[in-house]
Amino acid sequence: MKLDYTAEQDAFRQEVRSWLEANVPAEKLASFDTAEGFEQHRAWERTLASGNYGMVTWPTDYGGRGLDLIQWLIFEEEYHRAGAPGRVNQNGIFLLGPTMMEYGTPEQKARFLSAMAAGDEVWAQAWSEPQAGSDLAAVRATAVRDGDDYVLTGHKIWSSRAVFADWAFGLFRTEAGSERHKGLSLILFPLDLPGVRVGPIPQIDGEAGFAEIFLDGARVPVANRLGDEGQGWHVCMATAGFERGLMLRSPARFQAAAAHLVELAKQHDERIDGTVSAAVIQAAMDADAYALSIYSTASRLIAGGKIGAEASCNKIFWSELDVRLNRTALSILGAQAELLRDAPDAADDIGHWLDAYLFSLAGPIYAGTNEIQRNIIAERVLGLPR
Amino acid sequence: MDFTFSEEQMMVVGVVRELLADRCTPADLRRLMNSGDARDADRWTAIREMGLTGLLVPEAAGGLGLAETDLVQVAEACGYAALPEPLVEHAGVAAPLLAAFDGARVGEWQPKVAAAEASIAVGHPANPFVADADSADVLLLVDGGALHLVEKKDVTMVRQPSIDPFRRLFRVAWTPAAATLIADADAAKPHLDKALERGALFAAAQGLGLAQRSVDLAADYARERQQFGKPIGSYQAVKHLLATVQVAIEFARPVVHAAAAQIGAGDLHARARVSHAKLAALGAAEQAARTGIQVHGAMGYSWEVDVHFFLKRSLALAGAWGDEIFHRQRVADRIFGAPLGPDQTFARGEAA
Repeated sequence: MKLDYTAEQDAFRQEVRSWLEANVPAEKLASFDTAEGFEQHRAWERTLASGNYGMVTWPTDYGGRGLDLIQWLIFEEEYHRAGAPGRVNQNGIFLLGPTMMEYGTPEQKARFLSAMAAGDEVWAQAWSEPQAGSDLAAVRATAVRDGDDYVLTGHKIWSSRAVFADWAFGLFRTEAGSERHKGLSLILFPLDLPGVRVGPIPQIDGEAGFAEIFLDGARVPVANRLGDEGQGWHVCMATAGFERGLMLRSPARFQAAAAHLVELAKQHDERIDGTVSAAVIQAAMDADAYALSIYSTASRLIAGGKIGAEASCNKIFWSELDVRLNRTALSILGAQAELLRDAPDAADDIGHWLDAYLFSLAGPIYAGTNEIQRNIIAERVLGLPR
Repeated sequence: MDFTFSEEQMMVVGVVRELLADRCTPADLRRLMNSGDARDADRWTAIREMGLTGLLVPEAAGGLGLAETDLVQVAEACGYAALPEPLVEHAGVAAPLLAAFDGARVGEWQPKVAAAEASIAVGHPANPFVADADSADVLLLVDGGALHLVEKKDVTMVRQPSIDPFRRLFRVAWTPAAATLIADADAAKPHLDKALERGALFAAAQGLGLAQRSVDLAADYARERQQFGKPIGSYQAVKHLLATVQVAIEFARPVVHAAAAQIGAGDLHARARVSHAKLAALGAAEQAARTGIQVHGAMGYSWEVDVHFFLKRSLALAGAWGDEIFHRQRVADRIFGAPLGPDQTFARGEAA
């Protein structure tokens, strides 16, 4: 155990820092859940790709740099330290990308990965259905084989940014009459395909970040299936492991938020009591603990280990710390906390905390609710009966 | 940057776990408790024979010259067993503290202590009482900051019963003399400071073990105990209680391990990490024990079920080597006193 960066790692950090200082937009971009903000964020993805920072851990053949997970953590640290824009293609680069790396054909990798890393194709996830939320194995949408095509029919929902995105990866029943986890396949489809209709669903903040996708006889080639036919559940669980485990929410995000919270606490030092102070300290400790945990997991993976059910522990920990952290900021802001970003008398960063708090409330729900994660921990880590 | 333990480190802790699983079962704990003895002599001999008591003592002083990362998982294993014998404080705090000094008086005892042929207790200013003073041959005691090495025959002691039946705390009275002095206050201070860091770190490590044991005992029970025609562990209400504690353990463990790796720096960041480790691990230990009691239902409140041993040890260790208030303040000193942010996880140095 040696918790020091190598000279090479330090140099990489400096390189990333310099590039971000020169390239991160000075003006904060509009929310990527709006049409305007989405395009601004897509442009930023292209800027990142121009610096070869689209997805540094990916192989060079696919728009990456072939770096390891420690370097990825360093990149993320600098990224969040610089306050760089959110990754509008997170469903692609953090979820589908790693899954495709593992299960994709050479043709699929060549066709999709570089375009993903470059932000040329932004992806949405199409898993949930009105009757298949936490119980994902209840999906009903079908992909019926017809020659060299699949014909897609069904109703997908809660697909983040599908209104603006280019492609989706969806879970479909490819075997007629199959039940539960069997007979499912993961299929990639363009969102502008005939037979695909996307409808926005306003979120808690009023923006159309969510969408539902209606599929009515949309045709895609069989080559768009990721993984074997009938292997969809298995492939999705690998994706979910990336989602909950390591990639989706890097610790740097919460460390940056904790640092901002401490700054906010310092600014309001004269009115903070012991309870709020303890909450600030706890938030900083939790962000730190999450970072150390991910460094530990990254080391283990580099040494040849696998990520298992601890991914569920991660998801619970970061989502709950995020709610507490942002709620503490609202406590510090007191009577100012309710002001929206555009209130004329709102101080600069006030609305930011309200947005972050609202968004944090989604964390315990998406990527599998925390109740489902607790079931997974109880059953797979602690061996309790189903 | 490498956060993994070596194969050798994993092997050592495997041996310790095996020994304790065999020799320190809850039935063994109860037998010792009923006997009123301070130690199980056979078990202490078996532990000494593993040769770990001088792990942190420099090789030149007859020890293994290893580091805190070599002992941290051993301490975790001792917590898992609620080991009554003082392996952790002996190997983790007392033996290396004594080995930091020289002189004829130290030389007389030091090799015996490194090999645990002699027992030693430490009266550290961080702790109001001296643990295991009754089974010590010599005691390290502090007077006005100066450190003295005092033989047991030269002290008087009054037992202070603790909630933990295996914890033996004493108020110790003695008369400082030139002959007992081994270091004046200036010379003693850095080593006493280091002893505090180690005491807190290894208490935290034991906390991880205590916590996991409480969860494991409760999970075992929840698999067996049937109500409404099913094992209670199949109900989400019970599952979620235990999963919540497991999450707390998983996010205390890397903090404890990082604290062990960084303790040598002795700076603001290392101190804060030790404090964070202690808060997180002993917080998890108490939460786990309380959850364990809840999952056992009325049995959990009984003397018969073993979870209370782990609750009591976690309560005792929560206050030892700096209490929550002390450690939270040290974390606050780092958070408010030095730059914070994503690039500061492994920062070094004192506050500006």
